Amino acid sequence: MNTYKKNRVVITGMGIVAPNAIGVSAFAKALQEQTSGIRFDPQLADLNFGCQVSGTPQITEEILSENFTKLQLRGLKATGLVYGVIAGKEAFKDAGLEIAGPQESMSDMGIIFGTGQSGGHKFREAILLIDEKKVRRLGSTSVIQTMTSGISAWLAGELGCGNMVTSNSSACCTGTEAFLMGYERIATGKATQMLVGSTSDSGPYIWGGFDAMRILPTKYNEAPEKASRPLSSDAAGFVPGSGAGAFILESLDSALKRGTKIYGEVIGGALNSGGHRADGSMTAPNGQAVQDCIKLALKDALVKPQEIDAINGHLTATSKDAFEIKNWSVALNRKGENFPLINTFKSYVGHCLAAAGSIELVGTVLQLKNNIVYGNSNIKSLHPDISVRVDASTIPLKSVKRDLKIIAKASFGFGDVNACVILKKYTV
Amino acid sequence: MQEKEMEQQLFKIVKVYLPQDVDSTAIQLDSHLMQDLGINSAHLVDIALDVEDEFDIILNEKDMEEMQTVKDAIQIIKAKTA
Repeated sequence: MNTYKKNRVVITGMGIVAPNAIGVSAFAKALQEQTSGIRFDPQLADLNFGCQVSGTPQITEEILSENFTKLQLRGLKATGLVYGVIAGKEAFKDAGLEIAGPQESMSDMGIIFGTGQSGGHKFREAILLIDEKKVRRLGSTSVIQTMTSGISAWLAGELGCGNMVTSNSSACCTGTEAFLMGYERIATGKATQMLVGSTSDSGPYIWGGFDAMRILPTKYNEAPEKASRPLSSDAAGFVPGSGAGAFILESLDSALKRGTKIYGEVIGGALNSGGHRADGSMTAPNGQAVQDCIKLALKDALVKPQEIDAINGHLTATSKDAFEIKNWSVALNRKGENFPLINTFKSYVGHCLAAAGSIELVGTVLQLKNNIVYGNSNIKSLHPDISVRVDASTIPLKSVKRDLKIIAKASFGFGDVNACVILKKYTV
Repeated sequence: MQEKEMEQQLFKIVKVYLPQDVDSTAIQLDSHLMQDLGINSAHLVDIALDVEDEFDIILNEKDMEEMQTVKDAIQIIKAKTA
């Protein structure tokens, strides 16, 4: 049993840059009202993408100038870095923490901030200059904007974090994985606070490969808000999205000592992989491994399946949604009306890839704190393989108030990787 | 080009790279870019590129090494544009 754990870990700050809202309070409102952030994307249309809609955060000049100096903004083209810095700084401020002084870093505070591929647009700019034999024209901003750890390095410098500072990468699991890695670091006493999260770039250079694989919807270019249809019988592929989510995880002792607000408690989780065995492959999940991951998370959190009040699924709007529901149902041994409430935010934010886990975790924590389960949009009728297993009443179409004590959040990623987190309402 | 005009153009370029706690009035002819003005060494590369664009010249490795103060930069630009 989990005797290695020394410290209880709570969430004391959050930050978000999502396709449908920027900032935690705006995001809570957007989720409650199921506001869509999916829009027609003229750049994808110009480049002849099959899918010409995307979930791209609406960053204004005002938001940029609030978060970056004029110098920092010069040649800043890595959207993932922009999103991550904004979300990371919001979480830090939200937790009521103070930036380290000029001489000494905060040795008990670290960062794990993941991404998939950073600064696609900036990297393209660099490649073109290099091929023109003008490598010296790259200037000083190319490295920070294209390296995977650029985001964690940037935030460490702005805030003065002196514990472990790194960036993880595990496709769609990245955010959920970063969250769990930070949690474990505090639970085992190696850090007091961890800024964790993930970010994902916008644009054709990030999304092109998925369009080429024909797994994005192509028939909704004139009706963007209807394009992302998770759980529906007519789901036609995932809508590419981007953004960032961030958290301050903190030992309960430290949070109580600081007298800061507590959003909820992290009580356990699990990470695993299907190893591309059985029905698993580079692109498909190994069902047994998914079930194992969910069961391991429950075991780690010392929670019984029946105690799960709600699930925030991965549920991307592909043919795999029904398989995911089956895996939850088998792992929890719950079905029909006894299945927990389940939802996904992807119908209004799209699939934010490396940022999906962290963006959706922010929403999941808001559910726990506000006693609400946000609705699932765009379900014309439940996929028949889903409705045979769970009752329609467990898949709310509109946001519903519900007393929530324990929520499970999972992400399942490209490469057959899985991550599952168990959150609990904070009580003394 | 008048030396005064060149000076003003150079001040304008350098100003962008000043740390937030350094005022633009700190820029003097004999200011050392890194030591006096606190400019990050990585940004010397960017200043050199801005100078190239502004004065339509190419700076070589030696020029970049010698460009320590505002005055050094003016000398180099003068030599190149003469």
